[in-house]
Amino acid sequence: MLIRKYPSVLIFLAVLAVFTLAITLLSQAYGTGAVPTSTVKLLGKTLCLALAALAMDLVWGYAGILSLGHMAFFALGGYMIGMWLMYARTAEIVTATLANAPIPATPDEIRQGIASQIFGVVGSSDLPLTWSFAGSLPIQLLLVLAVPGIFAFLFGWLAFRSRVNGVYLSILTQAMTLALALWLFQNDSGFRGNNGLSGLQNIPGLTDVPQSTLSIWFLWASAAALGLCYVLASWLVSGKFGSVIRAIRDDEARVRFLGYSVEGYKLFVFTLSAMICAIAGALYYPQAGIINPAELAPIASIYLAVWVAIGGRGRLYGAVIGAVFVSLLSSWFTGGKAPDLNLGFYTIHWVDWWQVLLGVAFVLVTLFAPKGLSSIIDAVAGLRAPKRHGADLGPDLGALREREAEA
Amino acid sequence: MSALLEVSGISKSFDGFRAINNLSFSIGAAELRAIIGPNGAGKTTFMDIVTGKTRPDEGQVRWGEFSRSLLRLSEAQIAREGIGRKFQRPTVFEDQSVADNLTMALKAPRGPFAVLFWRPGSASDARVAELAAEVGLAGQLLRKAGELSHGQKQWLEIGMLLAQEPRLLLVDEPAAGMTLAEREQTTTLLRRLAGTRAVVVVEHDMEFVRRLNCKVTVLHQGAVLAEGSLDHVSANPDVIEVYLGR
Repeated sequence: MLIRKYPSVLIFLAVLAVFTLAITLLSQAYGTGAVPTSTVKLLGKTLCLALAALAMDLVWGYAGILSLGHMAFFALGGYMIGMWLMYARTAEIVTATLANAPIPATPDEIRQGIASQIFGVVGSSDLPLTWSFAGSLPIQLLLVLAVPGIFAFLFGWLAFRSRVNGVYLSILTQAMTLALALWLFQNDSGFRGNNGLSGLQNIPGLTDVPQSTLSIWFLWASAAALGLCYVLASWLVSGKFGSVIRAIRDDEARVRFLGYSVEGYKLFVFTLSAMICAIAGALYYPQAGIINPAELAPIASIYLAVWVAIGGRGRLYGAVIGAVFVSLLSSWFTGGKAPDLNLGFYTIHWVDWWQVLLGVAFVLVTLFAPKGLSSIIDAVAGLRAPKRHGADLGPDLGALREREAEA
Repeated sequence: MSALLEVSGISKSFDGFRAINNLSFSIGAAELRAIIGPNGAGKTTFMDIVTGKTRPDEGQVRWGEFSRSLLRLSEAQIAREGIGRKFQRPTVFEDQSVADNLTMALKAPRGPFAVLFWRPGSASDARVAELAAEVGLAGQLLRKAGELSHGQKQWLEIGMLLAQEPRLLLVDEPAAGMTLAEREQTTTLLRRLAGTRAVVVVEHDMEFVRRLNCKVTVLHQGAVLAEGSLDHVSANPDVIEVYLGR
């Protein structure tokens, strides 16, 4: 049923599997070593960003809610897993150090040692209440889903219940992520202030496994998460549920008169996509090694929307293509690998000018190729936009535009 | 006979303008009623109040056997109670196929989780096909609604209303933009529907109202001016002055 309606799911999974296998066979740990570990990590992180973009496409491309705060959920997921990584790793070190002492350390002393190791940097030696479960992996894994999920649910409930829509909702989500970032920046909020959580690439219990091997494991985990969530998202949008949320995107007042509670559906999609973002974040930050409140900056969530727009919103593979393409291009340009462009009177250093290029590309895509990179796929598949004389597909702000639709 | 919908003494002002002024209205469980009135008489506001889009400043809207108040319910809840609304301009979901549009409207649980696990079966497929045939779209099931002609969209919307199986149908100017043949078809359909449920038709076109051959309520300045058969209200001097005699 799902495959028949969306044959692209199989193609997507095949491409993802081939990609992951190829990188593994070229890696230093399991293959020829042609691809350095840093590149494997970059690709693994890129898959996580693609997963976040997939969640963004569900909420924006399908339900028409332009959330500009989804990276907050991504970072929250990262913080939740980071707490365990940092706590358990510090516990290993502290236990090893105290084992040499003449008198065996009590559990209380170990706990105290961990707290002062982690929080010494912000001038504290007490473990905050929020770190009560940091020693337990199962609980922190649960919190990866629960904290962003509950947060998104409460935020969405307040916003959607008051029927906040369009630009106002976007601004509200920006304010949300900014407020959360400012709170995390404070030393006494219990998340190490602007230092954030670091050393996350060291996985407790796996100290003997080299980073080259770990990076492949995380690449596989990220690819598996992306593949599973892609299937989940395709299933979600393929049936009647997908019909209803696309209908909400195009004309939510009409959906109300059909008897569907628009707010309930928006809340469902918003919360689910926040949880998908959190999974992506929980896989991303162990590969990045560090997380700090700057990750919740409003611009991060805007980037997410830009990726989806450039990839082509309202189609799941579009979001993934956009995120992979733009974020890889961005690392190439900002990594200093792009050759400078000498114009004779001025030399363009791409490190400085990349953002300008991205901004111009975003404006051009929005104006002239609303389907973004998906236009290429449509051209290959022979899909065309309907002829509607410029009319959108619905009266709402988030409704698909003529050239975004399929005939 | 007890009324299905009982509206009593409702008033609604917008920035000092009294759109609805102490209006009372009631309709039985299987009845066809036409509402006529000049522009600004409050017809659309009346429909907005019944469907929950607008809250009245005062008055009561009661529904069903237990005379339940509708004023505290949301639009979606009122729709689930069994009040369907057809808008003046056809509003269908243009990005989706005729079948998807009809499937969404089919009477079924409306909660997100119930909808998520809902799967089409032979019964629902048959019902969709039957509805499509009824509104003359049998061959168009897989076409996108946006490609349909204006008249076909009107019919699709009527099909969606039928799929909802409402107990009360509010129809706003169904004849607008229809050809003569389509109008006749519409009158027949509305009259047939009124055999099993309540149907309220808001219409400008007197010829169309005459063909419906039903009780007529004349609105003027947000209140009921006259009520009765078309001939009866046509003879009313007040009605002639404000509406017919222009």
